[in-house]
Amino acid sequence: MMKDFARIYIMGKEYQVPRHLTILQAIEHAGFLFVRGCGCRGGFCGACATVYRMRDSYKLKVALACQTKIEDGMYLAQIPFYPGNKAEHNIASLTPTTETLCMLYPEIMRCISCGSCSKVCPQDIKVMDYINAAIRGDYKKVVELSFDCIMCGLCATRCPAEIVHYYVALAARRIYGAHIMKKAPHLDKRLQEMKEKKFDPELEKLMRSSVEDLKKLYASRDIEP
Amino acid sequence: MYPQEFYESLKRVEATRKARLNQVFPRLSMEERSALLEKFHPDYKKETMREISVGISKGEKTPHEFADLLEAYSYLDPKRFVIPAPKYEVDVLIIGGGGAGVAAALTASEVGADVLLVTKLRIGDANTTMAQGGIQAADKENDSPAIHYLDIMGGGGFKNIPELVRALVNDGPEVIRWLEELGVIFDKAEDGTMLSIHGGGTSRKRMHPCRDYTGAEIMRCLKDEFLDRKIKYIEYTASIELLKDNVGNCVGAVLVNMETGEVFTIKSKTTILATGGAGRLHIQGFPTSNHYGATGDGVVLAYRAGAKLIYLDTIQYHPTGVAFPEQILGQLITEKVRGLGAQLVNAYGEQFIYELETRDVVASAIIREVQERQKGVVTSTGGGVWLDTPLIEMKFGKGTIQKQLPAMYRQFIKFGIDMTQEPVLTYPTQHYQNGGILCNEFGETNVPNLYVAGEVSGGVHGRNRLMGNSLLDVLVFGRRAGRHAAEKSKEISKIGEPTLLHLIDYHSELKKLGIPESRRSPMILPDYRPQEFRGKFHFLSKLTEFNAERNNI
Repeated sequence: MMKDFARIYIMGKEYQVPRHLTILQAIEHAGFLFVRGCGCRGGFCGACATVYRMRDSYKLKVALACQTKIEDGMYLAQIPFYPGNKAEHNIASLTPTTETLCMLYPEIMRCISCGSCSKVCPQDIKVMDYINAAIRGDYKKVVELSFDCIMCGLCATRCPAEIVHYYVALAARRIYGAHIMKKAPHLDKRLQEMKEKKFDPELEKLMRSSVEDLKKLYASRDIEP
Repeated sequence: MYPQEFYESLKRVEATRKARLNQVFPRLSMEERSALLEKFHPDYKKETMREISVGISKGEKTPHEFADLLEAYSYLDPKRFVIPAPKYEVDVLIIGGGGAGVAAALTASEVGADVLLVTKLRIGDANTTMAQGGIQAADKENDSPAIHYLDIMGGGGFKNIPELVRALVNDGPEVIRWLEELGVIFDKAEDGTMLSIHGGGTSRKRMHPCRDYTGAEIMRCLKDEFLDRKIKYIEYTASIELLKDNVGNCVGAVLVNMETGEVFTIKSKTTILATGGAGRLHIQGFPTSNHYGATGDGVVLAYRAGAKLIYLDTIQYHPTGVAFPEQILGQLITEKVRGLGAQLVNAYGEQFIYELETRDVVASAIIREVQERQKGVVTSTGGGVWLDTPLIEMKFGKGTIQKQLPAMYRQFIKFGIDMTQEPVLTYPTQHYQNGGILCNEFGETNVPNLYVAGEVSGGVHGRNRLMGNSLLDVLVFGRRAGRHAAEKSKEISKIGEPTLLHLIDYHSELKKLGIPESRRSPMILPDYRPQEFRGKFHFLSKLTEFNAERNNI
């Protein structure tokens, strides 16, 4: 094998690919066309959650295929879809009580605190901790701990209690955002002003201005420090 | 981990850091800006564009990569293809599952329309999810829609369509409130006041961030709301052509199930294209910050159906794409990094541009620094300049980066680069399609009953979009198009018979020009496999068989 190449195993088959590639690029280099299992290619969408182990090791590891460089001897598989259950709700009518999350997702009470979810998170989120916070109805804690979740679904694949963690967190965050966080006071004011059409004359005037006049206004506009 | 050869330059950057901390590079005058753009912005390279030779906007310029898709045949032969009976018949068909498409679905369903959303990836696999820095809206005391308007016009080279800009700035505050009510968690003070920052080209701090996951946070809330409302959707299904009746109304689309290859049609009273941008065309060989599906399909479909283009010759190169490590080449380093005070410096630790000029200007300055002045850091893929991120924590204190830029921090630390201690290397990346399909302030195109919303459309951003206005754009115009298309659908009692007549003229024009029949579009997905694996996508194979069968008859 050439020294710039690594040997990897995609769903059990061996391929030799350039060493510097990400898992995603390596799978493409091996000749696969992604339909599922590839989304933003930038670490934000969770489409490319990957489970792997190294040759001669029993230990399962996880990665986002687009953000992880390959290593020699990786045994790779992707989980492009996971049938997690989402509780349907009407956000406006939900109330942020201690029980709300347990009512929406009663299975969170089945958590045995095994920590598999935290262990498997490619974003290093303390998933188990936020599930415990959800059980206690501590919305703020769930928000804090879960905010960087990209909903790849790996946590749900490992949970013996069949919890779909990312939907629990999403519900908690939406309830927090909609019902606990204060609405922006300056926005109330601005919406009222918009209703009164306070800014319309100024805007209409700009719309009627010539490009030359606009350029002058633009060049001389004051800029907030 | 940086390679050894970077360390000489890194030392210089470190050595000048303290002295630079409070230094602000002077802003350029209007004349200096123009001169810089003309000489260094990729859009100004004449040989990279050509006039489009077919269709309604014939003669307008666009990059070769886009022209190749517009000057291409449909996968369907209009003379042979027998249009199957519709599998679904709906009021409003929405093509695209990003921010604009989902926002449109929400308002359309509120008006009471029967909505179906189709997308070639998953709902939320979109550039919306990748938007990091924030969303603009003029909602603070010292700001107003008029000030926002002027910033946008200046950023767009004063070429923006005024009515579209008015819609954008006027709907801004209302959209932010709508997001608050959907549960989007903006960065706020205890009393609810938004923490807002500057973006390139803003005269007021009106960028509202959700850490550096702004788009992801908005998109996941929109998607969740969409699912709560039980709106119908189909994923992994690509639209390959629009259908029109014999008087020219858009009446639906032809689609391909990308897993089974099934070809089917949807009949609709109104249709909204919300297919996003085109970063995956890799114009002029640039890497891109865009998601996997950003292949310009909507522009192709609408154009073949007779919709007019505007400013498809203006591509936005985000100044700060990743230039190292090469595994994540071209991925976005959000403008928020500069908004928080990170400076751009060359290999010698010298500043060369004010960081928050508009994106076209900053990108041009970086290209000048690397290519003409040869003051960049050389890498195996080209080169770049430093974005001096440790300044952020010198200004705002330890922990700021992990708190306000967790995604960025995570992205680099995975490759052994700690951006709190060391700068990151950056070079422009293809980021945004400034122009697109022309529409009015309700998203209507010149093709009756065909709407566009979001990046596929053009006009609102003129020739250069400002940061934070695309998240606003997808929501404002998604909502407007959804509402209007739903209302319009109520006026339509019977949908006309679907045809592909519009392809007949288009194809014969192509034939006359001698364009080979092997050139087909839309692209659907970029193909990153090695050359020997490339060819027709497997999910299009049924389509060929279908045509072949017709040949036998």
